[in-house]
Amino acid sequence: MTHRIPPGTRDILPDEMRELRRLQAALADAFGRFGYGEVATPTIEYHEVLARGDERGAPAAYRFFDERGELLAMRSDMTIPIARLVASRFAGAEPPFRFFYIGNAYRAIRPQRGQMREFIQAGVELVGAEAPEATAEVVEVLAAALDASGLSRAVIGLGDADLYRQLLDELEVAGPARDRILDCLATHDLVGLEAEVGTLEMSDGSRRTLLELPNMRGGPEVLDRARDLGGAAVDRATSRLAATFDSLARRGVGNRVNLDLGLLRDLGYYTGAILEVYDPAVGHVLGGGGRYDELIGRFGRPLPAAGFALYLERVHIAQAEEERIG
Amino acid sequence: MRVAQVYGARALGTGALKLAIPRGALYQRTLDLLDRIGIATEGLRGDSRALVFDCGELTVITMRPSDVPTYVEAGAAEVGITGKDVLLEQRDRAVYELLDLGYGACRMVLAGRRGDERLGESERRLGAIRIATKYPRTAERHFEETGRQAEVIEVKGSVELAPLVGLADGIVDLVDTGRTLADNDLEVHEEIAACTARLVANRVAHKLRVPEVDELVERLREAAR
Repeated sequence: MTHRIPPGTRDILPDEMRELRRLQAALADAFGRFGYGEVATPTIEYHEVLARGDERGAPAAYRFFDERGELLAMRSDMTIPIARLVASRFAGAEPPFRFFYIGNAYRAIRPQRGQMREFIQAGVELVGAEAPEATAEVVEVLAAALDASGLSRAVIGLGDADLYRQLLDELEVAGPARDRILDCLATHDLVGLEAEVGTLEMSDGSRRTLLELPNMRGGPEVLDRARDLGGAAVDRATSRLAATFDSLARRGVGNRVNLDLGLLRDLGYYTGAILEVYDPAVGHVLGGGGRYDELIGRFGRPLPAAGFALYLERVHIAQAEEERIG
Repeated sequence: MRVAQVYGARALGTGALKLAIPRGALYQRTLDLLDRIGIATEGLRGDSRALVFDCGELTVITMRPSDVPTYVEAGAAEVGITGKDVLLEQRDRAVYELLDLGYGACRMVLAGRRGDERLGESERRLGAIRIATKYPRTAERHFEETGRQAEVIEVKGSVELAPLVGLADGIVDLVDTGRTLADNDLEVHEEIAACTARLVANRVAHKLRVPEVDELVERLREAAR
């Protein structure tokens, strides 16, 4: 007789579990080498606390009431719980704080390969240290984590979350048009972007900037190409990226990074640098992260911060594919 | 080692780009476009039942238009061509939409029986309009965005039938010349979106195969003019 389990959840059997445990141990070891200490937080939190981190509420899809009628939610990532943890448990302590975690999170997505509703994230948070050095440190840890997973061909995309917001401010694009443009960028709809930008009153140069930036990705030379487009917002973003990249090059991981001015993640708390992880053996993004200098302030202790999370099951799939390719 | 090479060609990082193209209404125009950028498409024009064609610099894979986003999102094909109607219906597929190829122009419309007030009347007296469609998510989104309530009925075959026999008050469907509508005494009430063929790319391929993807985009942009 078989019994159902909820969509997007699954049982893990010994062969897979053994491999997942090995992967977790390799990642924990890599994080530990950089001085990150492991933390765990509850799987369930008060909904109002999670909503403080991302008021759109999108992250917390699974909510329910406890015996006192309080609204609880399953965490959708580890970053917001750790922001809460830093503000409450380390209120008087001297930063920086270096934490890593390996834990379950929950999202109401359409389940598919490597993308379940209950999934394991492994990542780090570096709290209380400024860009660009702290961003570069996090990228360096990420590169080491990918190496420890056997994904030596994996590439880290590095972009800037503030670029388009600041660029649209500079070009005085506001209201619904601004929202539509940001939506086109977040959903990777470059055809929609071109149509939207075509309806705006602006110089040809500004139009070109908006249309060409999302396609600029590659080595450090893309920063020069972007700078040629001109404008204060582009200048600021490319300077931030160049500073981070310089530090990455000094740390010997510049070759792992793909600078990407088209990168825009849809999580609401990112400021400055944003990251995505790709491996040529699989079609899905393996993880992401970035800076969130305002997030911990929302919990009452303003501290700059950066981090990343890898989707453990997807890293495992990539590992298996890479082994098969040989 | 041989096996490794075969699998290596499958990975996103190496080998010819795999282009998923739609069988059906867009097929001939898609092959014509590929001809114009110098891809040999004779093999694709015959009556071969093969699904995968080695065209030198590209490997071309043929499939139903609605499967293209599935293959491209998963990275089984790095790039693909399909209609905007398919992309609208599958908005949650995370793919890059890179280029409007211009051909296969159609309109996604709300249509009802000619001179029939049923659409308005159902909304006023019954609180919702009944809509038959092959594009349930596009239809639901359109009514949500325009602040109306609709009962969306998904059908697989000829949607024009639904309002004729009273299954629905109207239909949301893709219209080319409008002849099928006219033959069934239906007329367009609202236009929802203009649809053409689009070039899409896998998110990872867009980042890791930059020179090949960008070059393909430029050649197709020129050829599609």
